[in-house]
Amino acid sequence: MAKMYHKEKSIQIKSSASALYNNLSVLRIAPRCLTYFTVVHANVVNMVSASWDGLNYSHRQLQSKEGNVATSSSLIMQAAWCVLPSRDLLVLTSQKGIQMYESDGSIMVYWHALETPETPTAKAVFARGIAAVREKFICVGVSSGSVLVFDVPSKGSNITLSEVLEEHKEAITDMASECSGNMECIGDLVSADDSGLLCVWKSGEDFQLLNKIPGFDTSCSSVKLWKGTVIAGYGTGQIRLYEAVTGILHAEVNAHARWIYSLDIAPFTGLVGTEPCIQSLLSAAEDSWVRVWHLSLTPETNSVEMEHMYNECVTDMQICGAKFCDGDGYAFAVTGYDLSEIIRYTQA
Amino acid sequence: MSQRTLPLLIINLGGEMIYILDQRLRAPDESDEKTQRGCWTEDDRKRVMNDIVSTMFSKVFLEELLRPQDLYSHRALRTVLTRIAHTSIMRLNPASMDKLYDLMTMAFKYQLVLCPRPQDLLLITFNHTDAIKELVKDNPSLVNQINEAQRLLIEVYTPLSDGELQLIRHTLLLLFQDMQIRVSIFLKEKIQNPNGHFVLQTSGPVPYGFQVPGLIRLFNAKGREVTRTRFPSGGSYTSALNPGSLDLYGDRVTLLGTNMYSTPSPEDMNPSSTNTSRGKPKQADSTPNPLATEELNLLAKLMGGMEVQKLSNVDAAFRVNLLALNQEEESSGTSEGTDQHSSAVINIQATQDELASTELARIAEEFDEEGNQTEELGNKGDDLLAMMDEL
Repeated sequence: MAKMYHKEKSIQIKSSASALYNNLSVLRIAPRCLTYFTVVHANVVNMVSASWDGLNYSHRQLQSKEGNVATSSSLIMQAAWCVLPSRDLLVLTSQKGIQMYESDGSIMVYWHALETPETPTAKAVFARGIAAVREKFICVGVSSGSVLVFDVPSKGSNITLSEVLEEHKEAITDMASECSGNMECIGDLVSADDSGLLCVWKSGEDFQLLNKIPGFDTSCSSVKLWKGTVIAGYGTGQIRLYEAVTGILHAEVNAHARWIYSLDIAPFTGLVGTEPCIQSLLSAAEDSWVRVWHLSLTPETNSVEMEHMYNECVTDMQICGAKFCDGDGYAFAVTGYDLSEIIRYTQA
Repeated sequence: MSQRTLPLLIINLGGEMIYILDQRLRAPDESDEKTQRGCWTEDDRKRVMNDIVSTMFSKVFLEELLRPQDLYSHRALRTVLTRIAHTSIMRLNPASMDKLYDLMTMAFKYQLVLCPRPQDLLLITFNHTDAIKELVKDNPSLVNQINEAQRLLIEVYTPLSDGELQLIRHTLLLLFQDMQIRVSIFLKEKIQNPNGHFVLQTSGPVPYGFQVPGLIRLFNAKGREVTRTRFPSGGSYTSALNPGSLDLYGDRVTLLGTNMYSTPSPEDMNPSSTNTSRGKPKQADSTPNPLATEELNLLAKLMGGMEVQKLSNVDAAFRVNLLALNQEEESSGTSEGTDQHSSAVINIQATQDELASTELARIAEEFDEEGNQTEELGNKGDDLLAMMDEL
């Protein structure tokens, strides 16, 4: 197979990545020629900003703190940027609650505490699963299965909890919003849980449940929503593509030999305006493999094509995060358990 | 994260500890000092094993472990394991305990990292309990005790989903994060790299319930398969083996958690011969393990000769070999840019450290005041240690 990508210079981070699903988030700031990366290590988020010329790197570490209590900290389950039309926010979800920061991590603008029982219960309590939806919502999942919907103003810290969606019975693993930019897609948000159940929602003052796609008793650890298609990665190493609103199975891939930890879509891979439009999909698992796939949707026949493009084996690494660094899939970055670097690959 | 990690942690780590101690107590001493080894008879060894095993698997102890709680810090964990070891007539000084702890934790970390799917964590645990039962098989009441413990574990853990078991595994991986102590057996058997990271194979059977990677199936709107395409997976994977048994007795299938130090029979003590450990197939590339013996002899030198009768006598015959061992075992981080490798155990949460040191102060008191129960509850491990006093 032709070498589609080659390894670039890695970025060192201050502490190693923890074994968590979707443990890498990337934000591209085109006006400043910078890319931000975040990687979670226990109760700390390692943030590094990398200049595009590869010359400047600056680091910041954020700790999950309970409101203003400096001493109390808790383990972080996920950190991700939420891109809204008016602002970008960095969201941290932990055992104690949810924090939202300005995108450079400089100021915390909002804190939401989870209800934790006084004496420890057998079932763990935490928040996990982050997605920005349409113009003004940030949705976060909880271990109870609830999905919290936050209303975010265009500036300031007057963020409010507007709704709690109760549909899942198992812990939320990941959430995704429609990333194609296509306003015609009815479904705006998909949430996934430990039983593999997928819920498709339409956003609004009241969110509406459009569809429930049952799991097959295996956790869905990573999910994406693209052009009305749910792309789900499972603990069994399979990737499945479903039509969001109807639940029709488009494709099933025996993709990996271990638990899948991360999926990502590069929405603008193909040439704009051509049909069918090709998008790149990235999948990564504990089996050390990162794979790149091409997806194309033909609207007339409502069919999805999926083709395998590329494999990269990151030797001896249990991959826990993999993301494209840009919208057209030209480069991607990878993190692994116990590793203190972000490994990068670019197209040859 | 998960509140249910402690029983699995203690039993697996305790299991590794028992493997090492048992091997040490069997191994004929190759040093010149005849007095060193002289005291340890087969009966002594069995007595030590019985004492340790009965503490570890006591019902009261296990019930305390099963209470939902956060993971312990390394310090608290070490204290608990030291206490378990010291319920026997054997004594380990802090330096030996250090080395023992390093070996135990790296072995369990290896099992955790390689664990193919979260449910296999139970199989690994049962491999440990199986081996321990074998070691104390002459003592039926102990075997019963272990069976009871296993029943408890089956009851608590088998109903959990793969997602919940993965959370337990992630919580345990957090505890062992950044520990990169190089262990000579692992290095020689090529399961660990010089930089301390474990080797992950991209070949072999896929876990039970998985499909071999390499197939894309496309369906039409009616749910009919319309195309099937193969793609190269890059690895050489084969179909899954049978699932391991989660019963009291059964074939666990996986070798993770089995005794990698298991004793060759006396005639096979020649290092160049292959190990036939009770007929169990060992890991693929682990034929002779002269280094296992070497490793353990070094440990032996650390532990030194111990007198059976005098319990309070901490043996002073620890050799200068300690330094040699430290040099060999110390990991020197070679991977670029990371200097996070250290031979010391790393505590992940600073707050826990503070708790641990207050805890330790309390524990130190307990050693002096025999039979006194600690009044305060709430700090991790306190209840457990107090209860262990009564065992």
